[in-house]
Amino acid sequence: MATAEQQTSPQPAQASGDKTWHGIILQTLKRNAISLIPYVPDRVLTPLIKNLHADPFFTTFAAAREEEAVGIVSGAWMGGRRGAVLMQTSGFATLANVLASLAVPYQIPLIMFVSERGTLGEFNYGQSLVCRTMRPVLDSLALEHHTITRLDELEFIADRSIKQAVTTQAPVALILNPLLTGGKVFDK
Amino acid sequence: MNTDLDTRNTKVMNRFDITSRLIAKLKHEEAVIGGIGNTNFDLWAAGHRPQNFYMLGSMGLAFPIALGVALAQPERRVFALEGDGSLLMQLGALSTIAALKPKNLIMIVMDNGIYQITGAQPTPAAGVADVVAIAAGSGLANSAWAADEEDFERLVDEAMSASEPSLIAVSIDDKPGVGTTRRDPVQIRERFMHGLGVREPL
Repeated sequence: MATAEQQTSPQPAQASGDKTWHGIILQTLKRNAISLIPYVPDRVLTPLIKNLHADPFFTTFAAAREEEAVGIVSGAWMGGRRGAVLMQTSGFATLANVLASLAVPYQIPLIMFVSERGTLGEFNYGQSLVCRTMRPVLDSLALEHHTITRLDELEFIADRSIKQAVTTQAPVALILNPLLTGGKVFDK
Repeated sequence: MNTDLDTRNTKVMNRFDITSRLIAKLKHEEAVIGGIGNTNFDLWAAGHRPQNFYMLGSMGLAFPIALGVALAQPERRVFALEGDGSLLMQLGALSTIAALKPKNLIMIVMDNGIYQITGAQPTPAAGVADVVAIAAGSGLANSAWAADEEDFERLVDEAMSASEPSLIAVSIDDKPGVGTTRRDPVQIRERFMHGLGVREPL
């Protein structure tokens, strides 16, 4: 963890909550001037969504569909404002068309955070099947993606990936694995 | 033609004519997002402007893309042109827009009740659903049918100074688009960003 902390810029006052995965993501978004956050919710993402709503730096809101959220942040980026989309694995599965017809060909640095369901203790067969479609879709478009499993690697991967997306004008998917977030289990 | 299905008291207008009337009114570098197919073909044919964005896919996302532009540049008026078939794919976007209330966003729906470009098949909504009622029910109170061309221009003038997002529905004929957009997505995006003052050309 100490290694990752050396990569950080000076932390703001509310540093106490920053050592959680969601605290690190929030601060990394802020440091990269990503302020527009449409999402389709997911149980695991709840603390991140709650804290984004509570922080006036961010414009955080629910969209009805993930592709709608992709359209919103794409328009915002062309207008000079950075955004990121939060979703679940099953939401990513709805995105092949918009990735292939908007984000990739128009060279838009679409930043996606995907809470990964369907693995490491999944209890819904459909979720586990939908999860298996995600990486083949990403790979079929040669999209950059990382599966984040460790808290000490989260900031480095997220910060570098955001910067790479912006400078290379290419989408990136950051997949938040249950090893990082705890995931969702049957008794919840 | 679907005029036999049209039970509204609105004149059947023409997409290119309506688009040209809109463009003629834009004096303050307003952004215009053209939806997939004929909608952006007619936007292109009405005369390219640096503030125009043309969708070459992602059917249904004209309003969400325009919402993003409107949230990024709240001082600029942002228009979105969308077909009725496209809007049907993304009706939830109307509620998202209603919740956020960007006053600088103006949505125009070109409604002919058909998927003109694929062979003029009727949409599932043709003759049974009403775009303005759907928009109003989604929370967009400032939604109206344009009765004729003059009424359309009046509604655009009102929307220019409105304090909430506006939606204008236009009953149009079954004519195809007049032009064909040059399908160069990177140039379209880059020139749009120049037009919005986000970037300077190389």
